[in-house]
Amino acid sequence: MAERKWNREKEDDLPVYLARPGTADQVPRQKYGGMFCSVEGAYESKTIDFDALSVGQRGPRSPRSPHDGGREAREGGVEIKRAPGKELLQNLDEDESDRLLIKGGRVVNDDQSFYADIYMEDGLIKQIGDNLIVPGGVKTIEANGKMVIPGGIDIHTHFQMPYRGTTTVDDFFLGSKAALAGGTTMIVDHVIPDPGSSLVEAFDRWRDWADEKACCDYTLHVDITHWSDSVKQEVETLIKEKGVNSFQVYMAYKDLYQMTNSELYEIFTFLGERGAIVQVHAENGEIIAEEQARMLEMGITGPEGHVLSRPEELEAEAVFRAVTIASQTNCPLYVTKVMSKSAADIISQARKKGNVVFGEPITASLGTDGTHYWSKNWAKAASFVTSPPLSPDPTTPDYLNTLLSSGDLNVTGSAHCTFSVAQKAIGKDDFTQIPEGVNGVEERMSLIWDKAVVTGKMDENMFVAVTSTNAAKILNLYPRKGRIAVGSDSDLVIWDTDGVRTITAKTHNSAAEYNIFEGMELRGAPLVVICQGKIVLEEGNLHATSGSGRFIPCSPYPDFAYKRVKARKQLAVLRAVPRGMYDGPVSDFLPMSRGGGSSARTSPTKQTPIRNLHHSGFSLAGSPTQRGPPTDEAPIRPAGRRIVVPPGGRSNITSLS
Amino acid sequence: EPSVMVLRTQESTAPGYRRVEGTQRGCAWLILKWLYVLLPLQSDRLLIKGGKIVNDDQSFCADVYMEDGLIKQIGENLIVPGGVKTIDAHGRMLVPGGIDVHTRFQMPDRGMTAADDFYQGTRAALAGGTTMIIDHVVPEPGVSLISAFEQWHEWADSKSCCDYSLHVDITQWHRGVQEEMETLIKDHGVNSFLVYLVYKDQFQLTDSQVYEVFSVIRDLGAIAQVHAENGDIVAEEQRRILELGITGPEGHVLSRPEEVEAEAVNRSVTVANQTNCPLYVTKVMSKSAADVIAQARKKGTVVYGEPIAASLGTDGTHYWSKNWAKAAAYVTSPPLSPDPSTPDYLNSLLSCGDLQVTGSAHCTFNTAQRAVGKDDFTLIPEGTNGAEERMSLIWDKCVVTGKMDENQFVAVTSTNAAKIFNLYPRKGRIAVGSDADLVLWDPDVTKIISAKSHNSVRLEYNIFEGIEVRGAPLVVISQGKIVLEDGNLHTTEGSGRYVPRKPFPDYVYKRIKARSRLAEMRGVPRGLYDGPVCEVSVTPKAMTPASSTKTSPAKQVPQPVRNLHQSGFSLSGAQVDDNIPRRNTQRIVAPPGGRANITSLG
Repeated sequence: MAERKWNREKEDDLPVYLARPGTADQVPRQKYGGMFCSVEGAYESKTIDFDALSVGQRGPRSPRSPHDGGREAREGGVEIKRAPGKELLQNLDEDESDRLLIKGGRVVNDDQSFYADIYMEDGLIKQIGDNLIVPGGVKTIEANGKMVIPGGIDIHTHFQMPYRGTTTVDDFFLGSKAALAGGTTMIVDHVIPDPGSSLVEAFDRWRDWADEKACCDYTLHVDITHWSDSVKQEVETLIKEKGVNSFQVYMAYKDLYQMTNSELYEIFTFLGERGAIVQVHAENGEIIAEEQARMLEMGITGPEGHVLSRPEELEAEAVFRAVTIASQTNCPLYVTKVMSKSAADIISQARKKGNVVFGEPITASLGTDGTHYWSKNWAKAASFVTSPPLSPDPTTPDYLNTLLSSGDLNVTGSAHCTFSVAQKAIGKDDFTQIPEGVNGVEERMSLIWDKAVVTGKMDENMFVAVTSTNAAKILNLYPRKGRIAVGSDSDLVIWDTDGVRTITAKTHNSAAEYNIFEGMELRGAPLVVICQGKIVLEEGNLHATSGSGRFIPCSPYPDFAYKRVKARKQLAVLRAVPRGMYDGPVSDFLPMSRGGGSSARTSPTKQTPIRNLHHSGFSLAGSPTQRGPPTDEAPIRPAGRRIVVPPGGRSNITSLS
Repeated sequence: EPSVMVLRTQESTAPGYRRVEGTQRGCAWLILKWLYVLLPLQSDRLLIKGGKIVNDDQSFCADVYMEDGLIKQIGENLIVPGGVKTIDAHGRMLVPGGIDVHTRFQMPDRGMTAADDFYQGTRAALAGGTTMIIDHVVPEPGVSLISAFEQWHEWADSKSCCDYSLHVDITQWHRGVQEEMETLIKDHGVNSFLVYLVYKDQFQLTDSQVYEVFSVIRDLGAIAQVHAENGDIVAEEQRRILELGITGPEGHVLSRPEEVEAEAVNRSVTVANQTNCPLYVTKVMSKSAADVIAQARKKGTVVYGEPIAASLGTDGTHYWSKNWAKAAAYVTSPPLSPDPSTPDYLNSLLSCGDLQVTGSAHCTFNTAQRAVGKDDFTLIPEGTNGAEERMSLIWDKCVVTGKMDENQFVAVTSTNAAKIFNLYPRKGRIAVGSDADLVLWDPDVTKIISAKSHNSVRLEYNIFEGIEVRGAPLVVISQGKIVLEDGNLHTTEGSGRYVPRKPFPDYVYKRIKARSRLAEMRGVPRGLYDGPVCEVSVTPKAMTPASSTKTSPAKQVPQPVRNLHQSGFSLSGAQVDDNIPRRNTQRIVAPPGGRANITSLG
């Protein structure tokens, strides 16, 4: 097309059929100032260069067009150039890797992709654009048109988790190293305090472990494993002083971590008022306990008992209950580990009804299914044990990937919690004793790329959203994390869309003997990983530094979740109906008492009946004025109300209307 | 003007009993003999001519001849004994008498008793075309199920005017209750039990208890009924609403939003699925709860939903009435939904079969009784009227509007209830051999429901006040006797019989039985794991607070020591079952190349 245009300009200003010799009535097209023309110069320096923004082609005025030929020749690789000798000398005193320039990459954020160069310094992105002015001697990565994406955020890990005197085989060093190898530059780990122990102490312990070993930035969720007034205070401290804005509660693990509905209600209310995110581990623990007992009685002791005793309905039921409580308390809800179709369906339905709820499928549920629990190899079957279990329905991963692509599920984690075979063997004769957890931190990004982007379910921007941006938004870390923008942390990944690798326990970075994705061939892999402005992965080599990871504090009231919640809070004011006192006869009745001679049908409140009878908060004098807000004069009737003939004032009723 | 003629042929030999009552007062013995021996025989014979018989499957024109409280012949040109009382139906519809599956007559509540006792209640039911009621026995926690059952039985026997049966509510759970349930099923003809997910600290059962109750119910072949609301959330919300200073009846509905109902329905469906137990949800009051039931049915769960007269006929906007007594009259649990489109929606689901049966949950308290909660809505005794209005309301809302036909009307008011509770075809069908409980239905008559004219005489408010309904019973026949004609009720206190019900109703249990045969679970035969085992602290919980366990403890508390030695599998057994095929859905993934410490058999 450009060629044709060029030709036309060369020959004549007008096409032949408009300007023929001999027909003088054709006036040459007026270029400026005519009725249909723009003002001269109106768009100069104002037009957005849409060509530069569009994916797949370079802006026409790109000064680097001479490189084009060369890029094609080197297709498939990036090139890291160190500054040539003379310039290097100028920067001798500095750590050269602190300054970094990525040239010719396609910057992919969750909203758009565009070609630009990125210059980083001191762990921050300093400039984005064409023709950047950068100091000499900067290390330069030629991205050659490859995608540059924000580093992944794994929102759910359990590194170095203590379990009955042992710990998971992947500690913060091995775990975060595996994360970096997979293109994840930030992890969010769960602090699990023992029931009865202090939340803050547990939090500090986890921080010590992670500060000492993590090789990438991290932050922490805190699990609430018991509920009391002192826990309340600790939660308050964690939110205000320690930078924690997400807390997990368990609906499973009866007699251990499980919370009752009333406790859940209180916790949700409490956290909703303080701007934190409530995460739930959603499974009905009571029914699980019953089913486990039944399985063991039937003589089923292997890992298949794990999935048989935790059918996906129990997960869906608990999700439904959590959604109900969250909507009742007007608190944003985050469902960890969405493992089954039915649970995902409940979440997407709740979202359609307007509930503020986020669903987190994990690598395992997106990549594999629960048929392996029936493997004859005990150790292999046991390596898949996690809760909620992987669904035995082999169409589940595909379904979850679809919901993830459509936005019904929002974030992805790995729930990486690995135990060695010897540790899993604690439960060799009783599946309820098998320590739970699967791997996935390293495979997460590639797996989603392969299952969702390669198959055309989502585009590269959505990929960034579900692997990184949404998580950052929920944690209130956006745009510091989860976006490539000036001022953001320089956690970047140059993504190779075509690289194929086969996952196997022989080559993975985790210390576990089994990999639940064993043998899977995945397309898409990180080519270069930059964490805190430093190159940590290049040409397949990891340069992770133990202890370099920083704790990133999260502030409460993330806009992503709380804007809607705040607006609703203003609307959801309940009002009493101003009525006169009832002055008719009152039946004699016995106060309610459990096990007494009389049967009571109304629900007892927490107050004692005696108090209710005598300590009524209302008096005649106060009833119309004290109670009501200023809008008392209008009767508060729902708009759709039907007026039914009132039963003609009986004498004993005080009728005000 | 009565449009049906009740003919008495040969009155000289077979006079109607009202005429007899006026004469022959002198000879006591003769009269007694007449009243108790001859009279019942005479008046028990009844012929209905020229009616259109409407069952749940079809309608056809035929005459019906009844004797001894049973239907003896159906057809044309019947050969009947002389002197039979004959009703000419003039082509009107003859439907099986309604069955009200949910009543709470004479319900005790904190020393008070519901305003309608079994006499008033069944009279109201008969007036509305309902010839059988099933009442709920509510044992006080701590009181045995059987003694409560006998108490109710006694009350109803002495007062009821129509046949009745009894559900028993499980208000607490322990082993003794299970034995009592067995006795009730075997010896007392009870086949349905209600559990409460609400009324915290009083009737409410935990999920584990519900699981156990459902397992027992399934094994015994009964129906699990559930009052579905999340009691924990309700209790919290009640407290919050009271703290906000809302004490009127509107607090009742504000503290029990419909989501809380839907959640509990969903939970009970889950437990029922898990235990393979048929589920019956009483009082479906909201759209969302009905939706959950409809969805569960689509997934194949054996679940039935019972909307009640109140939820089909009115809505919860009245809770905001400025007249306290009127607002309080609507208090029931789950509450009526404030969404005014709810009745229409529930009627639609009832018509399409997603909901199956209708009750009234008739449990009436008069204003003075309600006023117990005048300063605190949580103390208002709960319940609404509806036994009398149920049939007319459904006709008006569903059949007149074209949502359902007359056959579906019969199904939802009578037949489905009879099937679910194993009374079919004795009840719920017009067929030879069935009980002579019939209603001659007038589809065109209209009346305005009002507390002034209703049969619940002790009740000042009717929640359907002012609603004009089309369709009403013209003649009601219960136990072969005419109890309603020309608008006059001729009921006899204590004439109602207890109708025992057998367990394992086919309508419900055919599917359950088939599923329990399929749902056998098997372990995978594996060799013993002989690799290294990590050392762990044995007692995870209380003893070592430093370590945290992640697995759920099973109920029977399996001791790890015991399990180590009592594993059911041995190496020798594995080979026998080696030919068991892999699950066909299983994907074969390359095993990670035999590591030394793994016994790999697969």
